Amino acid sequence: MSEAPASAFASPPHARVLLRDASGGVRVVWIEPAIEAVRQQSAFGEISSRAFGMASSFPFLALMLAGFVVPLLCVCAFSLMPPRTFSLAQIPTLANYRIIFEQGYLLSLSKSVALALATVGILLVVCYPLAFALAKVFRSGAALVTYAIASSLFVSENIRLFGWVIGLMKGGVLAGISRQLGLEVESWLYNVPVIIFGMVYVYLPFMLFPLALGLQMVPEQVREAAFDLGASRWQVFRMIDVPLSMPGIVIGSVLVFVLSLGAIAEAKILGGQKVVTIAAEIETAFTFGQNWPLGSALATMLIGITAVLVFALLRKIDFERFLGRRLEAEP
Amino acid sequence: MIITRAQRVGLSVYAGLVLLVFYFPIFCLAAASFSKKRYFSFPYPWADVTTRWYVEAASSAQVAQFVGVSLRIAALTTILSLLIGFFASLAYARYAWRGRRTFQRLVLLPLFFPQSVLGLALLMWFNFLGVKPSWWTAVIAHTVWIAPIATLIMSIRAYGLDPSLEEAARDMGASRWQILRWITIPLMAPGIVSAACFSILLSWGNFALSLFTTGADSSLPEWLYARMTSGYQPIIPAVGTLSVAAAIVVVLAGAAVLGIRRRFAARRLAAAV
Repeated sequence: MSEAPASAFASPPHARVLLRDASGGVRVVWIEPAIEAVRQQSAFGEISSRAFGMASSFPFLALMLAGFVVPLLCVCAFSLMPPRTFSLAQIPTLANYRIIFEQGYLLSLSKSVALALATVGILLVVCYPLAFALAKVFRSGAALVTYAIASSLFVSENIRLFGWVIGLMKGGVLAGISRQLGLEVESWLYNVPVIIFGMVYVYLPFMLFPLALGLQMVPEQVREAAFDLGASRWQVFRMIDVPLSMPGIVIGSVLVFVLSLGAIAEAKILGGQKVVTIAAEIETAFTFGQNWPLGSALATMLIGITAVLVFALLRKIDFERFLGRRLEAEP
Repeated sequence: MIITRAQRVGLSVYAGLVLLVFYFPIFCLAAASFSKKRYFSFPYPWADVTTRWYVEAASSAQVAQFVGVSLRIAALTTILSLLIGFFASLAYARYAWRGRRTFQRLVLLPLFFPQSVLGLALLMWFNFLGVKPSWWTAVIAHTVWIAPIATLIMSIRAYGLDPSLEEAARDMGASRWQILRWITIPLMAPGIVSAACFSILLSWGNFALSLFTTGADSSLPEWLYARMTSGYQPIIPAVGTLSVAAAIVVVLAGAAVLGIRRRFAARRLAAAV
């Protein structure tokens, strides 16, 4: 059996019996139907596992259809209903979008976009050195830092934000510490920078991990070659690290932008309603305002922005390669 | 690459600082939860340390009710996410089929979506269907967001499955069900355990989706949020700290299960050799 091909174990039992019984010359005669049988069986196996793979995706697809796609379409449909109505059985109108344009809701939207952009920018600067350290410098420490930051995702974000309230409020932990150091500080809360800080804090993992994965994709040899050819650190950063880790940078940025555009708790808990974000406007329209079509129209605009960004991202980036790299790195 | 000692130290210090800032609010929460005063002020003398708020939290029927709702949602979400995600991860990573690429992208879609908008969309959809929102509509909302995460986690394991093991079983005449029961599920077990931990924890801590979809039943994060926005009360940090402690217990339990499994596998391997 030693010269048998690697897939020979898949041959049907009767062929194997014949191989064992027959002498050398006879075996050659019998092996051909055996190989043919193997080929047929593996072709059959391919088809059946292909069908099984497709069937395995059905429950998930059903969930996405009923719990994601249709509800979003439902919001879009509701945004076309007359203001302050609660059913979908009416004549479509663009009245809600006119209200959005006329009554200053675009200002909330642009404020939210500005907050989200600021969050993305700050996070790129804050996370890059750490992601670089995780991907290229730290060894066993990298796992520790990764676990420590990933674990924070398990604590409800409003509990963590409330921790910051206790830290930053009047008479809070930071004020107490600075008083010990001889500094008199009032409350840090309820202003725009602290809202941005809260978003930076909550969404840091969503920037850090894609960046670190992206930097892992940069081959060390390429960087070394550049250094050997006399490139400076800045040149390596600009011409090698950034372009080659671009998938990570783009994924992290889009993820953080989209998530912070829908952020609701930061502005309320840390900002004390100083800035009314678009997500807060949507919530108000649904609760106090009792104006579902208006809330839907605002939500539809968010859905639109998100959809454009995410579809562009999915089209551009090969996620299997991106995630596959990590799989190789983790045995 | 040449990384000098100073640079390595600098990056380590930076990482330490980020972690310090990261865990600072948890520390604040714990500090506030032990203070006797109704109006928290830091630092407070040793004489003011009390466990009174914990006793109050533990004996509060209201808190128990919200914990119950959160636990029910987390349990059901986890079961559903594991069932759906297990097969989805096989479709994602194990088998080659025609629509696989598109499917892989679809799995990522809900993760790249603001949760508040998703929760709202589901609320309107339930309303359209005439379903009254309650804790189990929140289960559906959580599952829409968590099943993709469970799928991705189990896919990491599914990528590493050796296809020849399933093929060998099939050639020996095993049925699809037998292959699944005796080959695929045991090999996927570590991935299933991690996915279960993630599902429980993410559902337990979720706020944005619950806010819109729980209806009259309130989950623990929702209740905390309602209390937070109406001013400081000492029971909030106590319940918050307990919630963090519960999450730590789940993480440790998950790590223990995986560790014990690995040790058993190693012993079995040693016995076989």
